[in-house]
Amino acid sequence: MAGIVIDGIRKSFGAVHALEEVNLAVADGEFVALLGPSGCGKTTLLRIVAGLETRSGGRVTIGTRDVSDLPPRERGLAMVFQNYAVFPHMTVFENIAFGLRMAKADRARIDAQVARAAGLMHIEHLLGRYPGQLSGGQRQRVAVARALAVEPAVLLMDEPLSNLDALLRMEMRAELKAVLREAGTTTIYVTHDQTEAMGLADRIAVMHGGRIEQIAPPMEVYRTPATTFVGGFVGAPPMNFVKTLAADGKVRLGGLELPCPIASGEILLGLRAEDLAPVGADSGFPFAVRVVEPLGAHILLTGETAGQTLRVVLPPEHEPRAGQTVHLAPIAGRWRWMAADSGKAIAT
Amino acid sequence: MTARRLVYYAGIAMICAWILVPIWLIAVGAIGGRQGVFLWPKSLWPREFSFAAVELFLRIEGVGKALWNSVLAAALTMVLSVALGAPAGYALARFAFRGQNAYRLLILLTRAFPIAILALPLTVSFIRWGLYDTVFGVALVHTALALPFAALVSSSLFAGIPRELEEAAWVFGCTRLQAFAKIVLPLALPGIAATAIFAFVISWNEVFAASVLTVRERTLTAYLLTVLSESPLHFRFAGGLVLILPSVVFIFAVRRYLFAMWGIANR
Repeated sequence: MAGIVIDGIRKSFGAVHALEEVNLAVADGEFVALLGPSGCGKTTLLRIVAGLETRSGGRVTIGTRDVSDLPPRERGLAMVFQNYAVFPHMTVFENIAFGLRMAKADRARIDAQVARAAGLMHIEHLLGRYPGQLSGGQRQRVAVARALAVEPAVLLMDEPLSNLDALLRMEMRAELKAVLREAGTTTIYVTHDQTEAMGLADRIAVMHGGRIEQIAPPMEVYRTPATTFVGGFVGAPPMNFVKTLAADGKVRLGGLELPCPIASGEILLGLRAEDLAPVGADSGFPFAVRVVEPLGAHILLTGETAGQTLRVVLPPEHEPRAGQTVHLAPIAGRWRWMAADSGKAIAT
Repeated sequence: MTARRLVYYAGIAMICAWILVPIWLIAVGAIGGRQGVFLWPKSLWPREFSFAAVELFLRIEGVGKALWNSVLAAALTMVLSVALGAPAGYALARFAFRGQNAYRLLILLTRAFPIAILALPLTVSFIRWGLYDTVFGVALVHTALALPFAALVSSSLFAGIPRELEEAAWVFGCTRLQAFAKIVLPLALPGIAATAIFAFVISWNEVFAASVLTVRERTLTAYLLTVLSESPLHFRFAGGLVLILPSVVFIFAVRRYLFAMWGIANR
C-alpha cells in the first residue's frame, strides 16, 4: 500500500497550459476524486500519474518511490479506462489474469486471484466468454476485476462509470465503494459527475482550468466551497450567489440583515437551495416564484430576488404557486461570503 | 423502379461486365476445347471442357521456371512489404510528428512516378550492384511498388485498434514491444494477412519492371509477354488464365481490407 504525492505537476501543449502547478497528496488507502468539467485537466493529471502522458514539470511520488521518469509498468499501479479497454481477443479469464501473467505469477496464484477478483465483481459465470459477448456493464466489471486482480498499491480510474446507464451506474457505485474500502487501495478517481464524487470519495479535488480549486471531504466542499466555481459545480441545483452591497459591515436584503466580513462594497452571498426557509412576510427577503417543479421528495422553485435568479428547494408540504411571492430567510449559519471580483470565499 | 435506381443498377452491371467479360472470354478460350477458341458467337457455357491447353502450356520449356520465379518474387515482395510497411503504418497511426500529412502524401506519390522513367537508371544501377537479372532485384522493385499500399492499409488497421488497449497493456506490465506483440498484432493479423496477399498480387501482376530487369530469370508475366506473341491462340488463352486466376482469387479474398484503405485515403 502506498500514498501518492503529486508535486507541482505542469503540462503545456504549446502555449496552452493544461495543468499549472498542481499539488495533491493522497494518503495511503485514501479515495480521492478529481472532479471537474470536461477540459479542466483532470484526465491529463491522471494520465501523468499513470505514466501515459508526459509532463512539462513537477514530480510524482508513489509510496517512497519517485516514479516521474518510470514507464507505466514499473509504477506499481492499475487502471480502469473510460471505455473499459478490455482486450477483445482474450477471454474474460485471460483479461483478468493479464497483469498477473505479465508479473510471472505462478498458476495457483493466478487461478486464486482471478477467482477472487471475479467474485468481487460477480462475474464468475462469465470467465469463459469473450468481451464481444458481454454487455457494457459486464465489460466494465471485467475492467475493474482486471485491475483488482493484481492487488495494486494504487488504483487509477478514469470516468469508469460514464458509459453506463443511470441505474447500472448507481449499482456499480455502491459496489465499487464497498470493494475498494475492503481492499484499502489508494485510489484516484476522475469524474465529471458530482454525485459520483460525493458518494465515493474520502476527499474531492475540484479542478477548473488546469488547477485544483479546492481539496476537502465531500460535505465540506458542499457546505463551504472555496470559490464560486466550486459552489456552482458541486451540488444540484448549484449554489445561489446573490450580488449584494455591504454598508457598515452589514448586508441588507429585503427585511433581512446579515453581518458581513467587509465594511463596504460589493460582495456575493452564497446560499444553498435547501438552506432557505419560508418566513413571515415581515422578515426575510421577498422571492418572486416563477417556476414550480414538484420532484417528489422536495419541490424545486425558480424565481427572482432583487432582479437575480435563485433556485430554492423546499420540503413538499409547501406549495407556492407560480407568480406568488414568498419571504425567505437562510437557516442560521448556512451562508457563505465570496469576493465579488475573484469569486474566492471570504472567511468570517 | 425509379429512373435513379435504374441508372444505379445499370452502372453496376456495366462495371461488372467490364471486369467479368474479359475473364469469361479468356476462360472459355482456355478450357473450352480447341474449337471453343474460334467459335463465334461464344456460347455462355462452353460446349466441352478440356484442360489440355492449360496442361500443355504448363509443360512448355521455361514456363515452370518462370512460374517459380514469379512465386519467389511475389513471396519476397510480400515479406519485404509487410516487414517495412507495417512499422511505417504503425508510426503513422500512433505518433503525431511534424510533416505527418506530407509524409502520408509522399508515400502515395511514389506511385505517381512512372516506372518507365526509372527503367534505364534502375537497370544501370542494378547491373552495377549485381542485382540485374535476379529474382531478388525484381522483388526489390515490386516492394517499392507495393510498399505504399502496405503502409497505408496497415496504418488504417492500427488506427482502428483503440489506443487504450495498448495503454492498458502498458499499465498491466507490458513494454511497448510486448504490448504490440500481445495486443496489437493479434488484432491486426487478419488485415496484415490481407495486406501481404495484396503485395503478393501486385508483384504477381507486374510486367514492366520484370521485363526490363531480367533476361533469363523471367517472371511468368515477363516470360509470357515475350513468348505468347509467337504461340497459337489457345496457348495464349491458357497462359492468360494461369496468370489471372491467382490474382482474382486473392483480390476477392482481401476485398474488405481494400475498402479500409480507401477509407483512409479519403480522409
